[in-house]
Amino acid sequence: MSRFLAAVAPAAPAPTVVEGLDPVLNISIFAVFVAITLVIVLRASRSNKSADDFYTGGRSFSGPQNGFAISGDYLSAASFLGIAGAIAVYGYDGFMYSIGFLVAWLVALLLVAELMRNTGKFTMADVLAFRLRQRPVRTAAAVNTLVVSFFYLLAQMAGAGGLVALLLGISDKTQQGFVIAIVGLLMIVYVLVGGMKGTTWVQIIKAFLLIGGALVMSIMVLSHFGFSFNSLFDGAVKAAAHPEIAATDTTPMVPASDGSSILSPGLKYGANPLDFISLALALVLGTAGLPHVLTRFYTVPSAREARRSVVWSIWLIGIFYVFTLVLGYGAAALVGKGTILGAPGGVNSAAPLLANALGGPWLLGIISAVAFATILAVVAGLTMTASTSFAHDIYASVIKKGSVSQKDEVRVARITVVVIGLVAIVGGIVANGQNIAFLVALAFAVAASANLPTIIFSLYWKRFNTQGAVWSMVGGLISAIVLIVFSPAVSGTAKSMFPLPVDFHWFPLENPGIVSIPLGFLLAVVGTLVSNKKEDAKKASEMTVRAYTGYGAEEATSH
Amino acid sequence: MATSSSKNDVNWGEVEKSEDFKTLKNEHRSFVLPLSAAFLVWYFAYVLLAAYVPKLMSTPVFGNINLGLILGISQFITTWAITMWYVNRANKVHDPLAKKVYAQIENGDHK
Repeated sequence: MSRFLAAVAPAAPAPTVVEGLDPVLNISIFAVFVAITLVIVLRASRSNKSADDFYTGGRSFSGPQNGFAISGDYLSAASFLGIAGAIAVYGYDGFMYSIGFLVAWLVALLLVAELMRNTGKFTMADVLAFRLRQRPVRTAAAVNTLVVSFFYLLAQMAGAGGLVALLLGISDKTQQGFVIAIVGLLMIVYVLVGGMKGTTWVQIIKAFLLIGGALVMSIMVLSHFGFSFNSLFDGAVKAAAHPEIAATDTTPMVPASDGSSILSPGLKYGANPLDFISLALALVLGTAGLPHVLTRFYTVPSAREARRSVVWSIWLIGIFYVFTLVLGYGAAALVGKGTILGAPGGVNSAAPLLANALGGPWLLGIISAVAFATILAVVAGLTMTASTSFAHDIYASVIKKGSVSQKDEVRVARITVVVIGLVAIVGGIVANGQNIAFLVALAFAVAASANLPTIIFSLYWKRFNTQGAVWSMVGGLISAIVLIVFSPAVSGTAKSMFPLPVDFHWFPLENPGIVSIPLGFLLAVVGTLVSNKKEDAKKASEMTVRAYTGYGAEEATSH
Repeated sequence: MATSSSKNDVNWGEVEKSEDFKTLKNEHRSFVLPLSAAFLVWYFAYVLLAAYVPKLMSTPVFGNINLGLILGISQFITTWAITMWYVNRANKVHDPLAKKVYAQIENGDHK
């Protein structure tokens, strides 16, 4: 197999890719990066005074700035390492991630972003609990925020482990776990020092570098194929084809079972189309329920800026996903599926290996550093959101019933950052080795099942009440988690987090979305209809008016 | 921040019932709800085709570029097009209506 790959793709490195790598060079480039971003965080955090500053960056970001920051949050390791790897290995089925992740932004833009920004202050729960009973709704929303962020964090930590495994040539799982722990500790420092403003600046810079890096690599891939998509796909097909057939069959039409299947749906989900639909559902409905994306709308001064920032991010994210298509098929053609799966880091190492094939160790070092900065920044953003929610929703509003100083609240948020960081380190060590895009899709499924029904109904359905919200949030969360735990993703196959012989799975699909998302919506409707408790009509009117006019929303504070 | 002191005096129910506010709300919903339904139908039509008729999706159109790739990329294009359409409409129609109601509340028309 590897001899064949070398024959069709002369630029591909020898199968033992790690030998050509220079761990010292890689780590030096990476260290320079970390130093630069830390300086930025320190500078940005000088004006962190109030809770508003720490949580929302003082609402002082412009639409385009925030658009870059949202793209930074969204273009996580899943989008870069995960999708490129999924396309390189599973071809067209990997492309589904890009499409779902992008179309999902229309739900956020059209239905959620502006109305949320006008009614919320610090957290997702601010909006959900606005016109309903505070304690149950706020608690459920905060718990969901913590769980969704945890799943998202798992994916980033697994990405960090795989990436460093490749860079340093560490195949030992225990040593990879040690690396994950270091990433986790770095992330804790970022958030504690920088707050929302610091993490926002890190996101902006990182988004710029990531999109730029993907652009450069895409141009290099396309130039290798004479700027013809047709030859790029041809290269991927030839590399994926079975050697014997490709060697004898020189006509361009390869039989569908060999090679060209990388350009068609079904390579991963062909045997189980329901799983494909389940994934597609979770992807498109998940984004508008992700707490760390929703809180980004609070960092801008007006609904108009919220809208502008989403438009910027839709363009940036969409263009980036076009690049991942080139990178994924480029890696399939120039590196080859066998080499990717055999490398430390596995499927997630497609993009760095492609960088090595295109530009040698320097490009590999730079691209890996960018990917690493991506993980750090996304992890920081997620931790920020989760800790804010715990401090603001559970500690200040529910436990202390509002009688708490801002200083105290921020102190609790900082302690939470440390706790979440430690939990994420442990989770990341367990999830190490799984495809990152797949892990993130689980976070999307939880968000779409547990958060989205309540978000949509509290904005668009007047009759919606506390019982509907609580049933939907609790039921959506529990069903999604239970189905994940008993899915083949966790146990029962050779590739599970707990691989065979451990097997306690009974749910046939890897992604729970197709069951748990409709269930979340159904519970919201049924819970609402069977309750005859009256809600506060004045609050409901206030919420509607404020959502549409922006009246009374926090204005930007000047620094 | 001028609004915070007068916020409690606003009769929100009154604003909600006013003609101008109803126009604002209906304008928004009658635009975003059908449009959301449309793009979701288009997205799931694409997903179902990919899941259940992969043979059709692998029909070559130009060389190696098959129907599935073209439909996938067209999801990108419709997403960008809907984004620009929405923004245009929100800036031209929605914002002026919202400003009008905002000004009425600020003036104390609904106490």
